[in-house]
Amino acid sequence: MSTQSTPRPQSRPPSARALRMRRWRQSAADLWREFRAQRAGMVGLIGLSIFVAIAVITPLVAPSDALSVTQATGGRMAPPDGEYWLGTDEFGRSVALLTLYGTRVTLIIGIAAALVAMVIGTLVGIVAGHFEGRVSWILMRITEWFMNLPTLVLAIVLVVVLGRSIAVLVIAIGITSWAGTARVIRAQTRGIEGRPYLERARALGAGHWSQMGRHVLPNVTPLVLASTIMAIAGAILTESTLAFLGLYDPNNLSWGMLLNRAWSNGAMSAGAWWYVLPPGLMILVVVLCFTLCGRALEVALNPRLRR
Amino acid sequence: MAAEATTPLPAGSAQGPAGKLDNAARTGVGTGLGKYLLNRVSGAVVSLLAVLFSAFFIFRVLPGDPIDNLMRDMQSATPELEQALRAEWGLDEPLWVQFWSYLTGTLTGDLGVSIQYQVPVMQLFTDRLGPTVLLGGTALVLSVLIGFSLGAKSAWLSGSKFDKRNVNIALIFFSAPTFWVAMIAIIIFSRELRLFPTGRMVSAHTPDRFWPQFLDIAHHMVLPAITLTLMIYAGYLLTMRASMLDEMGNDYITTARAKGLRDVVVRRRHAMRNALLPTTTLVFMAIGNVINGALVTEMIYTWPGLGYTFFQAIAVPDYPVLQGLFVIFASATVLANLAADVLYWFIDPRARKA
Repeated sequence: MSTQSTPRPQSRPPSARALRMRRWRQSAADLWREFRAQRAGMVGLIGLSIFVAIAVITPLVAPSDALSVTQATGGRMAPPDGEYWLGTDEFGRSVALLTLYGTRVTLIIGIAAALVAMVIGTLVGIVAGHFEGRVSWILMRITEWFMNLPTLVLAIVLVVVLGRSIAVLVIAIGITSWAGTARVIRAQTRGIEGRPYLERARALGAGHWSQMGRHVLPNVTPLVLASTIMAIAGAILTESTLAFLGLYDPNNLSWGMLLNRAWSNGAMSAGAWWYVLPPGLMILVVVLCFTLCGRALEVALNPRLRR
Repeated sequence: MAAEATTPLPAGSAQGPAGKLDNAARTGVGTGLGKYLLNRVSGAVVSLLAVLFSAFFIFRVLPGDPIDNLMRDMQSATPELEQALRAEWGLDEPLWVQFWSYLTGTLTGDLGVSIQYQVPVMQLFTDRLGPTVLLGGTALVLSVLIGFSLGAKSAWLSGSKFDKRNVNIALIFFSAPTFWVAMIAIIIFSRELRLFPTGRMVSAHTPDRFWPQFLDIAHHMVLPAITLTLMIYAGYLLTMRASMLDEMGNDYITTARAKGLRDVVVRRRHAMRNALLPTTTLVFMAIGNVINGALVTEMIYTWPGLGYTFFQAIAVPDYPVLQGLFVIFASATVLANLAADVLYWFIDPRARKA
């Protein structure tokens, strides 16, 4: 490098890396413009930022004894009043605070499980799309199998057998929800494999992994992103359902766990709607936000969907 | 999410040369249907074997020793019970012997004995199957009718207020946790308005004759059926809408309109017929979804079906019941998919050329 320190004429072509970065920035900007044009997607994105903010801020500013069973001051399942504006749970803790606390664990499990699904789905999808013939056939049969299985049943069975912890929940949900991603990514990979630059790469002697890693992966990344965002919505729903069925990590409060506590402590017969309504609404809204974002991103990526 | 599952993959490379020969010998002429069926059935058999393998793997291999696991979770564990279970499950045998006896047992309909009820899982299954089929079937029919008609109309009027409202409502039910919707429904309709009972399938005092029983069961089924329908119809609506939008760009629609046909006729006889092709098979393919939904719905309404049985087995945990029902649920989805593939052959001529 030091020998080339003399100023060069402006006509020097930019390095491959700089070109790639510029092109990447350009397409990211295009994508953002298409995404921003959709109101539903923006509503979802703003909603999600609020939820993330809640998840980060609540443990920092809330009183530290909000989750303590022994130091709770409210009455047993007391209706909303001036002090507890969403009433209290069976121990006299504030439902409003519990719901805010639940955001963190629910989001963490949902996002982590979707990431697990993303890694498996992308890997299977690219490999199945790249290698034709037997490998592809076997992988797609496995994908189909996972796609059609009653995923909730499989997830329940896995959590019962492996134990109730966050790690197990993440793995169980991830393993049961990667198939959709794999299918989409495989179709996209097939399309990319036919393009001239891959033919060129092959002619220059690029190996299988180099073709998949350097050429296919960057091209499917936006689609992976959209698919993962949708997967988070599904993962949060599955987590809530598992938790509601009693399959939660007792040390980590999630919305599903709150609803399970409400159910098993007789909130229904007590008519304690303030205990049932808030966590469920939070699940609904956060899942809706992820779904809206994912759909908007899909539309932004696929001009055919813009009608 | 559901939109990806519209069409089954065309019959393709699944057939080896041996299969082709075999098939030609069997049918005389190489008819397409025989080949297609052989292809699909062999695929289903492989999937069923995969179900059996995975059940064995999950319940016998993954936890290390299922008895240790069970004893840890069970409240009333005694060494005698542990010994008895170990002998009963044949856990002192080598793994491949266990697998063989499990395989032969399952294939002959022996799914083990439930820990909590002390009856064979197979008997539990036949006892509890009826309510699940009744509830799941009713909800499936309702959601197909509602989802397809609303979806088709929504696509037809795409961009209109009707369309937007439909899609938004569907998305909300798509995003809402079923169990929570059910909880709200119970609070509103059972607790406050006292319109419907909250649990079980029949009341104890109902006379044991057909009509009183029928009406009582129908009364008990209103809330569960609506809950389950709300959970699954959204997927059908969105798929039908997407499928219909695809068809609407086609030339034959323009032709039909140019002939001066009424709007309703173009929609029902032309567009919807073609849009139904990929979506009909979806009904069968989404059986897994119905099972997922039935599990939660039955649990909340204490509906005495398979889903409720499965739920009750979680807390014990009643491994033979969990394992047996897992095998049954997964096999049901495999068979439903096979049915979808076969149906697809008959309703879509294009499948025959693939």
